[in-house]
Amino acid sequence: MDIFAQQVINGLVLGSVYALVALGYTMVYGILGLINFAHGEVVMIGAMVALAAVSMLMTAAPEMSPLLMIAVAAIVSIITCMVLAFSIERLAYRPLRNAPRLAPLITAIGISILLQNIAMIIWGRKYKTVPELFEFDTHIIFGANITDLQVIIIGVSAILMTLLLLVVNFTKLGRAMRATSESQKVAGLMGININKIISATFMIGAGLGAIAGILVAGNYSVAHYSMGFMLGLKAFTAAVLGGIGNLGGAVLGGLLLGLIESIGAGYIGQLTGGFLGSHYQDVFAFVVLIVVLVFRPTGIMGERVAERA
Amino acid sequence: MFLIERARVMIADNRKFLWLGYALLLAALVLLPFLLSGTVGRTWVRILDFALIYAMLALGLNIVVGFAGLLDLGYIAFYAVGAYAWALLASPQFDLHLPFWAILPIGAGVAALFGVLLGAPTLRLRGDYLAIVTLGFGEIIRIFLNNLDHPVNVTNGPIGINKVDPISVGGADLTRTHEFLGIDFSGVHIYYYVLVLILLATIVTCVRLERSRIGRAWVAIREDELAAQAMGINTRNVKLLAFALGATFGGVAGGLFASLQGFVSPESFVLLESIMVLCMVVLGGMGHVYGVLLGALLLTVLPEVLRSSASPIQKALFGDVYIDPEALRMLLFGLALILVMLVRPTGLWPASSRRVSSRAQTNK
Amino acid sequence: MLLKRVITMAIFGLMLVGCGQSEQSEDGARIVRIGHVGPLTGPISHLGKDNERGALLAIEEANQANVVIAGERIRFELISEDDEANPQKGTVVAQKLVDSEVVGVVGHLNSGTTIPASKIYYDSGIPQISPSATAIMYTHQDYETAYRVMANDEQQGKVLGDYAVDTLGAKGIAVIDDRSAYGKGLADEFQAAAEAAGATILTREFTDIAKTDFTAILTKIKGLNPDVIFYGGMDSQAGPMMKQISNLGIKAIYLSGDGTQTKQFLVLAGDEGNGVYASSPGLPLDQMAGGPGFREKFKQTYHEDIQIYAPYAYDATNVMIDAMVRADSVDPEVYLPSLKSTDYQGVTGQIRFDERGDLQGGSISLYRVSDGEWEYIETVGGGS
Repeated sequence: MDIFAQQVINGLVLGSVYALVALGYTMVYGILGLINFAHGEVVMIGAMVALAAVSMLMTAAPEMSPLLMIAVAAIVSIITCMVLAFSIERLAYRPLRNAPRLAPLITAIGISILLQNIAMIIWGRKYKTVPELFEFDTHIIFGANITDLQVIIIGVSAILMTLLLLVVNFTKLGRAMRATSESQKVAGLMGININKIISATFMIGAGLGAIAGILVAGNYSVAHYSMGFMLGLKAFTAAVLGGIGNLGGAVLGGLLLGLIESIGAGYIGQLTGGFLGSHYQDVFAFVVLIVVLVFRPTGIMGERVAERA
Repeated sequence: MFLIERARVMIADNRKFLWLGYALLLAALVLLPFLLSGTVGRTWVRILDFALIYAMLALGLNIVVGFAGLLDLGYIAFYAVGAYAWALLASPQFDLHLPFWAILPIGAGVAALFGVLLGAPTLRLRGDYLAIVTLGFGEIIRIFLNNLDHPVNVTNGPIGINKVDPISVGGADLTRTHEFLGIDFSGVHIYYYVLVLILLATIVTCVRLERSRIGRAWVAIREDELAAQAMGINTRNVKLLAFALGATFGGVAGGLFASLQGFVSPESFVLLESIMVLCMVVLGGMGHVYGVLLGALLLTVLPEVLRSSASPIQKALFGDVYIDPEALRMLLFGLALILVMLVRPTGLWPASSRRVSSRAQTNK
Repeated sequence: MLLKRVITMAIFGLMLVGCGQSEQSEDGARIVRIGHVGPLTGPISHLGKDNERGALLAIEEANQANVVIAGERIRFELISEDDEANPQKGTVVAQKLVDSEVVGVVGHLNSGTTIPASKIYYDSGIPQISPSATAIMYTHQDYETAYRVMANDEQQGKVLGDYAVDTLGAKGIAVIDDRSAYGKGLADEFQAAAEAAGATILTREFTDIAKTDFTAILTKIKGLNPDVIFYGGMDSQAGPMMKQISNLGIKAIYLSGDGTQTKQFLVLAGDEGNGVYASSPGLPLDQMAGGPGFREKFKQTYHEDIQIYAPYAYDATNVMIDAMVRADSVDPEVYLPSLKSTDYQGVTGQIRFDERGDLQGGSISLYRVSDGEWEYIETVGGGS
């Protein structure tokens, strides 16, 4: 087996999920200039709701085909997350749109704590197992193992990201979103309903997050109320690495971060002559981030913002 | 809030009243721990000790975030550096037992050095890019502390360093109970007084800094970096100074924490702690020394109040404990963060000048 | 500064409401408080709750049995506190328990909070029995108040290291730990024992308790082709790790400690868990006199299975009550010596303490998963 090829595949699977979550961060940031700290928690809720829906269906309608089951669960979870994101924006961010920059950051942290503990009350403290609805085969390409599920993860992420890019670049909604992110005031004067567009952005991001949550839970076959925090943090890092506010950047940043992490963990020992081991995986990722930002202060694909905005 | 402002104005009118006010305040500060331990138990003196340490941290972070406007999400790293500096220099780990007056400046110095280390490569970064880099920096420090047990054991890794020396004066261990003037002072009481003294010094430093040339330069950078540069401010040095000074306060607080606890381990320096300190600064009133102080005290005390009242309140209201009190405590805490920000977006006690400037900032 | 006073005054008001319970219960029995500490919020709160339930069950049983000490009927009360697995909070709640005049403490769960808290209990002369803190340092501080009812890392690591080499025939071993005090401690002791027994440690890899993706380190391990992979860490990660091991096609034997020898692991790992070896201190619950009964009762009371350490918390509480009964006093100072001389038949094994407060000759049992169930293999060590 080819170790390097395997690490690349590991990185791609990890990176696709990061990218999907990072899109949620970057879309909101692009429009509002706000770090939506609660996005990781929305991803967690997505995974938990889907899991609850699947277990409910398994007891209520055991003869239902697994594919239909997962589809129903996904739709329920996406809708829940969209409603959740809509309400978060409406209640915790919109009233603060003209407040100092850090005020919504604190409410975001508050929401994050709130959601985690609500999830803990509803679903308990235990790690939840994801039932195996399908048998997945393992394939070998370039001497590396890859399972069907991993192929699905990469595939679904790629399709969703392409769809999003199409929506943003070629639809009326997308044009309105881009206009709003350029200048809310001018976009408003042009007859765009800014509040609607911002809500839509939050909801699209949450929908992607819900799917990411389902994929993550499926891939690792566990879900837990604390799973969103780390994932959100990594995805946010990925978004910044790619250039926050830039959709392509989020995708690139996510994939890159995934690759850096897996290749870093695999080879950091050799690189440093055995001094540093895989426990410095995250250090490695952050150092790359810092180096990139030192040379490109707005991320890899971030636009060079003029000194005066 | 309004009443206190009024009272301050009234007091300021008359110097005699001013002295009276200070004397009352001093008496209150001196008596507070006895009042607490006499009524609600020594726990609250210990909580107060930690509140004072967090107040120091929040004041340090306020220099970076509040004065200079540099969003730092990894501030706890300096606290960690200070704590570990103390733990390594005064514990059986390397069998070093330096006295506190030697370690405190060393710890502060090392922390300041790390502040510059963080500041230097990130000078060009703005806003949220800076936030994520500082966050990464905080994690890097924690990961190193958690892993420096191998190949050479420096920090004991996740197990932590135990039996850290307390502050001792003339051979008297300040974490033990001592009798003075016929009154028994327990360790937490004595530390309270030490911490109050250091915190008062910190407050004075912060207030003086704010009104100094440097303080005005920080505000200038916060409001408009380009304009500040045009006015002849050396933005690089002034920003680095903010990082270094903020880090120094964090380092001192860390050292005091290590000596009070007698034990340090990486679990005390997780990202959540950085976020909590930031919450203290923003919730209290960014850039306003007393506001930040209020935020720090509130956010350390509030969870403890909720801890002891979550189930009694439920019992009183509904007759039984329905929601797990621990979950409810965190739930209410999250809710409090949101509500306070919604009602007072500039913080509970903002600086009066900040209201105007922050409005201008958002309409970019 | 003025505000601070106002706020603290307000706190008094709130606090005073919660205080002032009488020392007598309604039916005239004397109330004796025992403290319990563990993380009840945060990522490992499921373990904290598990411990709390174990302790609570012991308390309820003692109350039903109407224990009489020094001529008075005793009603025990458990005061459970949340340390959030945070050392600073750990000392705050320790102080809080001391203030509320508990006569003993069952806890804490993590070594990281147990160690700083033990100083506070020691200073106040309050006995502390940890059900799950395994770091060697805890009992090596010369505190006569610090005890534990679980084999420490050294004891368990040694058994596991010898077992890997002598019984499983491992020559090359890969070691992973989760960088917690528990995982590191166990992995370190395992590594030392395995090397002493003649095996080669091919690599030492690390992960983090917040992670679920281990593919990178597992891929590296696969390239080294070890006979055995040892994991020092908890079930919530070992479960997903098994799936990834199977996906990557790694054939090595998987060996782990008590953090993995749980029902939850079986659920999380599914079919991929078959063939995994793990150890657990003490004897199998089902072989102990009260064991199966305890398991049943736990399930009946809380409608959930035991996570890991509930039986140890249950034993720790009973050991404490037993010492009070034997000393015929609830005064910590008086019953501490009889705690030292404990010889108690618990559901996890015979409990006796050595001079440090460690479990004496703690026996370690080994298990293997077959057909989705833990199958008992043998018990190593133990002087009973």
